[in-house]
Amino acid sequence: MEDYIKIVKNGLWTNNQALVALLGLCPLLAVTNNIVNAIGLGVATTFVLVASNVSVSIFRNQISKEVRIPIFVLLIASFVTIVELVMQSYFYDLYLILGIFVPLIVTNCAILGRAEAFASKNTWGKSALDGLMMGIGFSVVLIILGAVRELIGSGTLFDQSALLLGSLGDTLSITVFDDYQGTLLAILPPGAFIGLGLIVAVKNWFDQIKTI
Amino acid sequence: MMHSNALSTNQIMRQVIYALALGIIASYYFFGWGIIFQIVLGVATAVLVESVFLRLRKLPVKPAISDGSAVLSAVLLAISIPSIAPWWIVVVGVAFAIVFGKQLYGGLGNNPFNPAMLGYAFLLISYPLQMTTWASEFLSFGQSFDTVFNLTSVDGLSGATRLDDVKTQLSLGYLVNELRIYSISQSLVSIGFLLGGLYLIARGIIFWHIPVAFILGILITSALLFISDNQLYAPPQFHLISGGTMLCAFFIATDPVSASTTPKGRLVYGFLIGVLVVVIRVFGGYPDGVAFAVLLMNMTVPLIDTYTQPKVFGQ
Repeated sequence: MEDYIKIVKNGLWTNNQALVALLGLCPLLAVTNNIVNAIGLGVATTFVLVASNVSVSIFRNQISKEVRIPIFVLLIASFVTIVELVMQSYFYDLYLILGIFVPLIVTNCAILGRAEAFASKNTWGKSALDGLMMGIGFSVVLIILGAVRELIGSGTLFDQSALLLGSLGDTLSITVFDDYQGTLLAILPPGAFIGLGLIVAVKNWFDQIKTI
Repeated sequence: MMHSNALSTNQIMRQVIYALALGIIASYYFFGWGIIFQIVLGVATAVLVESVFLRLRKLPVKPAISDGSAVLSAVLLAISIPSIAPWWIVVVGVAFAIVFGKQLYGGLGNNPFNPAMLGYAFLLISYPLQMTTWASEFLSFGQSFDTVFNLTSVDGLSGATRLDDVKTQLSLGYLVNELRIYSISQSLVSIGFLLGGLYLIARGIIFWHIPVAFILGILITSALLFISDNQLYAPPQFHLISGGTMLCAFFIATDPVSASTTPKGRLVYGFLIGVLVVVIRVFGGYPDGVAFAVLLMNMTVPLIDTYTQPKVFGQ
């Protein structure tokens, strides 16, 4: 039981892939200009993480050590292809916006990193939990960054929710500041770097308070 | 700027602010009270933000505030932005400059970028509309107050600078000799900064290297373009007196913290800023290139300094 609690803690906080390991920054910085994109990519990445962790763990004794990395990548790529096809058929507009970053989930170091560091050494149950927690930890950062950038950049939250939820999403879109002309920098790439830096700083600040 | 050991940081910053006075008075004379509001708002924000951050960092507040560097950054940013920009522009810009440009790097002396120009670039990228609408005539205290504090719209009293205007017209296919490329008021503001800068060189507060190399960079680049086609590219003297050229030459590029520190390095640094300013003005997407040119060259300072170390005597 203690093992499982440790896995949860690791994924969400201590070894958070985005804030501590600083892996997968390419999609993290590129698509977080609003919450909806962040949720879309977060869910996709979490699904791939869980699926790849489970399958790597199941076959870990059959995969020979020398060729393990190519095989991990093949497994990950299969799941990414599934995600891509599902998105293309059910969330086509979101698929167009996320564009190249959906296929690029294959190259997300966080996923290969968990396959190599955790799933190839643990049972499938633990690996599934690890993938889920790492995915959630990564997604939460994506969503916070997306929210901050959307709020500062254009003064809205959950704009374009219709891309994810259909007509239901229209009611979710909130205009927080009326008559707000937007701060373009937050939506542009520098805003992503500054925002991520600030979130990492806040996380370290919490850790510091806890140890004192 | 660390030319004379006799002057403290505070005295140097104060001299620099005095030297800015002529240009500020000229701007006041032609465009009204706006610039005064911007400076007051900017300085107040700088002092407030700097104090809060020093307190958060558990550092003594008073010495850092009284060295005048935050005030100088705020004044430079306040006179770089349009005098009729709404009040929050200068407040947000100065806060960004002090927090992200200075304190997060560790305070005065540790910032690789010129804080005022970092604030300016942030504002120009984020709020392009407000940052390119300038006063076109003298605005009284009341009118300036109304525009700065968002009470009235400024249509009719505002317009683009000559630099912006000439760029737009040239891109629309007009030829240089069809355009009005000089504005007496904007030129006189530039000359005010030029005189202030010469005073600083005479007092030994800034070195001559950067301003001279910078102006040469502007002259040579724009002259080459002008010679290649004198109807497509504005003449060199236009680039000298327009936009932020003079302010940059003597007050911005010479920032002692973010500029190159070797004599040869200063020449390279200043010259390349000049080249970049003209390139960005002529081929870039924004009307003036001073802020981007300075920030880009700030990044190269460690490299320039490494390759221009004077040889130690005897080696």
